[in-house]
Amino acid sequence: MPDKKNINLVVNGKPYELLIGKDVLPSDTLAQTLRDTLGYLGTKIGCDRGACGSCTVLLNGQAVLSCTTLTVECDGMSVTTIEGLEDPKTGQLHPLQQAFIDHTAFQCGFCTPGIIMTTKALLDKNPNPTEDEIKKALAGNYCRCISHYKVLEAVKAAIQGEKHGE
Amino acid sequence: MASNYRHIGKDTPRKDARDIVTGRAQYIDDVRLPKMLFGRALRSPFPHANIKSIDISRAAAFPGVHAVLTYKDVPDSEWGIPNHMRILDKKVRFVGDAVALLAAESYDIADEALELIDVEYEPLQTCFDVEDATAPGQPQLYDQYPNNIIPQIAKLLQNVVRGDVEKGFNEADVIIEGTGSYECFPNPLPPEPPGVIAYWENPDKLVIYTATQSVGLNKYLGQPFFGMVDMQVISTQCGGSYGTKNANLTPIGYAAVLSRATGRPVKVYYSKEEHFAAYSLRIASRIHARVGIKKDGTVTAVAGDWLVNTGSGSEAAPHEIAVGCGELQLALRCPNWDLHSTLVCTNRAPSGIVRGYGGQELESSILPIMGMAMEKADVNPVDFFKRNFVRAGDGYYWRNGRWYVYRGIDFSKAIDEGARAFGWHDKWHGWGKPTAVEGQKRRGVGLGIHCNADVGEDHSEAMVKLTPDGRALVMAAVSNAGQDQRSSLCKMAAEVLNLPLDRVNMTPPDTDINPFEFALVGSRGTYTVGSAVIQAAEEARRILLELAAPVLNAEPDELDTEDGWIFVVGEPERRILWRKATGIVRTVIGHGRFEEDFTLSNFLMTFVEVEVDTATGQVKLMNVVNSTDCGQIISPAVLEGQLHGALGSAGLDTAILEGNMLDTDTGRMLNSNLIDYKWRTFKDLPLFTNVILETPMPSHRFHAVGVGEIATSPGPSAVLMAVYNAIGRRIMDYPFTPDKVLNALGKID
Repeated sequence: MPDKKNINLVVNGKPYELLIGKDVLPSDTLAQTLRDTLGYLGTKIGCDRGACGSCTVLLNGQAVLSCTTLTVECDGMSVTTIEGLEDPKTGQLHPLQQAFIDHTAFQCGFCTPGIIMTTKALLDKNPNPTEDEIKKALAGNYCRCISHYKVLEAVKAAIQGEKHGE
Repeated sequence: MASNYRHIGKDTPRKDARDIVTGRAQYIDDVRLPKMLFGRALRSPFPHANIKSIDISRAAAFPGVHAVLTYKDVPDSEWGIPNHMRILDKKVRFVGDAVALLAAESYDIADEALELIDVEYEPLQTCFDVEDATAPGQPQLYDQYPNNIIPQIAKLLQNVVRGDVEKGFNEADVIIEGTGSYECFPNPLPPEPPGVIAYWENPDKLVIYTATQSVGLNKYLGQPFFGMVDMQVISTQCGGSYGTKNANLTPIGYAAVLSRATGRPVKVYYSKEEHFAAYSLRIASRIHARVGIKKDGTVTAVAGDWLVNTGSGSEAAPHEIAVGCGELQLALRCPNWDLHSTLVCTNRAPSGIVRGYGGQELESSILPIMGMAMEKADVNPVDFFKRNFVRAGDGYYWRNGRWYVYRGIDFSKAIDEGARAFGWHDKWHGWGKPTAVEGQKRRGVGLGIHCNADVGEDHSEAMVKLTPDGRALVMAAVSNAGQDQRSSLCKMAAEVLNLPLDRVNMTPPDTDINPFEFALVGSRGTYTVGSAVIQAAEEARRILLELAAPVLNAEPDELDTEDGWIFVVGEPERRILWRKATGIVRTVIGHGRFEEDFTLSNFLMTFVEVEVDTATGQVKLMNVVNSTDCGQIISPAVLEGQLHGALGSAGLDTAILEGNMLDTDTGRMLNSNLIDYKWRTFKDLPLFTNVILETPMPSHRFHAVGVGEIATSPGPSAVLMAVYNAIGRRIMDYPFTPDKVLNALGKID
């Protein structure tokens, strides 16, 4: 699309039209666009080199590292960030978010948005993963406080909750 | 343990939980101030060089650049312990040292402009090894430190000299002399890089936003560095610290001088590369030690030369040495000591405050030597440490060089319960003997210990404000870097005031609006800030009941309060709302102050089981049991998380995965990124059990002491012991990577 002037992006259900060269530079990463241009500061940048998973968002339902995704490659796509998980009308939290609170599945919390988004992508595809499958999905998410054990508790509880229709 | 507390010991949602899971929690890079500029440092490619000339003219003229500063433009002021680090200097001392600072309208502009600064360096000889650096003829990092030795600080415990060490060796059945080292200088590496925003509200007032675990310490250390100007430090949510974001005046200095030069707020937010290359590392430790023990495990003498490598700068090393010297005495009860430290600077990144703080480094290097003595005396390490950790009535020199006598609980039960949960007595087959062998895989077990009397270090102040609407506000300068001390303090106040937890909140971590509070360090928050908050809440409660007494026609000591009501004890119908006692135009404020106390300690023993693959050399961590007695749990899930932290933040995994690989030809770290610097992933989790006992500790009303900070410390020496037992070869050089294991097994050179 060499002549394309605009990028159309839907973020958490809200459409944006971004002018290339003005709103978005060809070198802008999706993480930069989300944070600096659109103000979705819930997406965290840790390493900015695709190694820590802090910046994970959903792109058309797939977990991607937004720090190594160029915004210009996302034209016509739909992005979900951590801010998109609450029910926008009632403010009710997503069951995963509630489970993370109930199990204190974080310490410093910096990696939490990335971990929740990675988990969401997994559960959307596979609502009933084994513990190994959860660990494999999260293997790219750096957590230095070591909240891994509590995260696994929370994710398993969220899965159980869904099963029981809670 | 059953208790009648309403909040203490119960799991409740963290006060900041909703913000964290929704992405609303504000970390430093989420703060955007109007007209804010972005600061960057030009970093040295040389490990040691004089700056012969520096020309900033092209960079300064670049559109969007607002200031370029060199060593000629910064105040003549130093920080560090002792003071020796300038914001910029005319020489550079490690690869990544700052050469110039630049503020621009965006990081992109700043990065482009940095390349336009022309620097002519005069490269100097380098030194990296802690012993080589002190030899004659070596290059000198600082003129004021001949032989690269930083002088000892008189008012700190820099050596342990007690009793008669020769007499102790004469009494010993076993004497071992050896060298232990813990020199992988790992990076605690919080996920959020270090960051700060500075602006000058007026020429005498510097405002600092930073992600820190201690606003108070930033101000305490920062004011002298900035010429005693007024200084307000505000913490954002802190994305991990593990000690390192207590008070790092290097990036704060960058932001402050750039803001001064531009008249605008300046943010300095390190890239992960800078975080790796130019931010606080752990100190490195090497010890030539001689230890003597009796056949029953009694320690009779500890002597040694402890060499501490702090890299190009010492942000806190003399204090870490002091605390390490104290902590070793708590772990090894011995009447005769002759332990001397030497602090040395070398051409790598500076060392700073890191969880474990001296004790982890000293223990990781000396306990393996003690292990050799235990082996020779054929003592089981569980029995050895049960005999030797500190008990009530035992004395020790603490970090300030003064003598203290321990008055806390006995940790024997924690050792027994931990050993039982781990299955130590089944798995321990003797020194150098594996727990199990299956084909090429051999399993071994080990343990480590750590005690810290800094649970009562330094002073704290707090206020508790009661409002007529039946709410309480805890006022203390406490931020959240993951330990969630804020919720725990609210619980303590809510318990004293018998309020629902959602009616007790806390002021933001801001030095201007809170009374003095030192820092969240050394597991001190629970006892020190906790004591101040409890005292403040009790005083506020007393004043409230005094106000209510005439209204209820009763004496204050006949009254109690619950959920915002005040009532006559035994006559619950005689009750009034708080506002009937206070009126609606009054607040009630109680004050609390804690004075430092070094007569209590916390405790942690870590048991590990490893599996060593003798064909590949890989060490796999299979099982971890942490055992502690914290007096009283305040927040169970939070405490568990802190103890799980044993694996992270340059802790246990410094024995298996972690370390910086320094190329001594170039002075560069070869693995300064999150791919090549190894870290534990979800896929590699060992079994993990925390055994947490609650034997009431004579601390404060809730009988608790903190234990979070020490979680990382017993792990490395425990792994060393376990690997030795698995393969029968003692590797003394952390971490135990496959090449070292295969080398020890004689399979490669």
